[in-house]
Amino acid sequence: MQAYLSIQEVTKRYANHLALDDVSIEIPQNKIFGLLGPNGAGKTSLIRIINQITAPDSGKVLIKGQALQADHITRIGYLPEERGLYKKMKVGEQAIYLAQLKGLSKHEAKTKLKDWFERFDILNWWDRKVEELSKGMQQKIQFVVTVLHKPELLIFDEPFSGFDPINVNLLKAEILKLREQGATIIFSTHNMASVEELCDQIALINQGKKILEGEVNALKIANRNYTYNCEIHYPVNGWNTILESLPVELLNVKSELSKIKLHIKTASSLSSNELLKMMLPLGEVASFQELLPSMNDIFIQKVGKPAKPAGDE
Amino acid sequence: MNKILLILKREYITRVRKKSFIIMTFLGPLLMAALMIVPVILATLQNIGDKNIAVVDETNWFIGKFEQADNLQFHYVFESVDSLKQKVIDGQYDMLVYIPRPELNIPVNAEVYSNRQIPLNVSSYIKTTMSKEVETKKLLASGIDPEVIKSAKTSINLVTIRIDEDGGETKSFTEINVALGLFGSILIYFFIFIFGSQVMRGIIEEKTSRIVEVIISSVRPFELMMGKILGIALVGLTQFLLWIVLTGSIYGVFMLIYGVPEGPQALSAGGSMMNQANTVLPEMDNTAVLKVFEVVEAINFPVIIGSFIFYFLGGYLLYAALFAAIGSAVDNEADTQQFMLPVSIPLILGLVISNFIVNNPEGSLAFWLSIIPFTSPVVMMVRIPFGVPYGELVISMALLISGFLFTTWFAAKIYRTGILMYGKKPSYRELWKWLKY
Repeated sequence: MQAYLSIQEVTKRYANHLALDDVSIEIPQNKIFGLLGPNGAGKTSLIRIINQITAPDSGKVLIKGQALQADHITRIGYLPEERGLYKKMKVGEQAIYLAQLKGLSKHEAKTKLKDWFERFDILNWWDRKVEELSKGMQQKIQFVVTVLHKPELLIFDEPFSGFDPINVNLLKAEILKLREQGATIIFSTHNMASVEELCDQIALINQGKKILEGEVNALKIANRNYTYNCEIHYPVNGWNTILESLPVELLNVKSELSKIKLHIKTASSLSSNELLKMMLPLGEVASFQELLPSMNDIFIQKVGKPAKPAGDE
Repeated sequence: MNKILLILKREYITRVRKKSFIIMTFLGPLLMAALMIVPVILATLQNIGDKNIAVVDETNWFIGKFEQADNLQFHYVFESVDSLKQKVIDGQYDMLVYIPRPELNIPVNAEVYSNRQIPLNVSSYIKTTMSKEVETKKLLASGIDPEVIKSAKTSINLVTIRIDEDGGETKSFTEINVALGLFGSILIYFFIFIFGSQVMRGIIEEKTSRIVEVIISSVRPFELMMGKILGIALVGLTQFLLWIVLTGSIYGVFMLIYGVPEGPQALSAGGSMMNQANTVLPEMDNTAVLKVFEVVEAINFPVIIGSFIFYFLGGYLLYAALFAAIGSAVDNEADTQQFMLPVSIPLILGLVISNFIVNNPEGSLAFWLSIIPFTSPVVMMVRIPFGVPYGELVISMALLISGFLFTTWFAAKIYRTGILMYGKKPSYRELWKWLKY
């Protein structure tokens, strides 16, 4: 399947540092794609290139196989991390203005906005000045303005910052809904919990280089460290001896009245089924679960290790 | 293009609706009208309230020489100065003129006492009367009849007429041209600064509120910058036109109320720093007034207003682009100082030098400064009322147009990098690097 957005060998150099170093990423259509990386990794540089705010020094960016053109901008909705509104302007007026800049007609913008405002229960802010609103309220308006023109590609840079948990959930639901409606979404964040919740695929950038790319589940499996949690009820007599004879590393063994809880690490040669078989003689296997690394673990593991300055190739 | 229009519209509408714009629009003409009207009012105020002046003349040279001119009542008294001083304090007399017996035989000293500030025209009247009298006495002493001198004095009625290439003749009146020229150049100077810094502040606001990131994903930085610059230019033009209309109507209404005859005098008093004695010596006759009228009629207002609009727009566009670049480079207004200085120097220089140029509007300094785009808007306005050869005007205008195209190009390069840079204030070296991105 052809990727919706194809970033090919993009390099961007600023005065004294390399922001992006030969980065290639394929972003599939109609997926939520997590663009991850520590601060200063080059995420914003990449997003600005996709938005044609800056141009790459070398490399190409293709949307549906087409090199970036001026009119692509109207197909993109971008919610930048550093975002704001004109403080002295009225909410409704300002939203219409921003929508018009994206190519909507005034009338169209107004109808759509009223619709969204109603859904977000903010219609009564229409005639208020932005400066009277709280930061969270302003963020809501910005979200609406970003998605209003039904862009094919949405880029959210830290969309949840400044929101309370209730609104975060509201926003997550809206983002998922947008995917259902066919949008391709790039989601840039440090919040790994929301990545696991929302993203289908991710790419991890560090110091201008892509160091990881793939589906979230595949990545977790690829980065598994073969640890398991296993709970056994009514253990047989002598379970201790059996356990110790097994070719596993016992990280933690907890024995309670009529059950034992095990935290085990195995060699990569041992499949989970084989391990499960080994557990059966111990008693009733009440639960057996492989502990896949969280995205947070993977992030720290990948970014933490080669944290040396560039030039270590 | 369409987006520039949208941005322009927003800039224009939000600014025109601002309270400060509305206040300035009405305050400006009031101030300007006041500038013209106040001298008239002051002139009429002077006629109210007679002044009683006691004169103690120990020399006896000037008895009866101070005429009861202009509501000044001179009383020749022979009391002691001290008791008269008390009377001045008590308000019986407004002033006391004391001419002491001279040490030599010619009186050259006099003292005026008053419990209030002594009006300039009164003291100058006393001075001229005394010196005239002393002169007459001296002439008589050397055997010359003052009448001879008087008849020898001839007043020259000098009319300056400029012949243009077509052989047409225009009467010119230097004072009016000076006033018009300086007024135009000061106005352009202020307009460029006021509206240029509005561009700068607008950009800083967009930067600090971070809305620029949102907008820049829909429009090109150049479009955003141009939309803002052009929108504010229209605000400036609107204000200027409203000022002209409002000033005209305020002045018109005032003239209807106060009666027309005072008009020309007020114009000359308000417009130029003409002879102070004007109000004291009313015989500064009607022919002069008529002459002023004649000259005012001869002034080519379409050319002056037309070139004002051109040079305002040209100068504004040139400087607004630079102001935009400054605004994009910094995070707050306090940081602008360092970059404002080099940008404002040519403007300030132009204004300062304008005051010299009015004396020699065709000199080479005037010529060069009115050709160089950075000073031409301010300097050319001084020269235009005196008439500028069309060739020079064309060169100056063409250079101004290329000047603002250049600064716009230059500013756009700094702007597109600057608006996305937060944090520390850039140095000139960094700005230079941005140019090459």
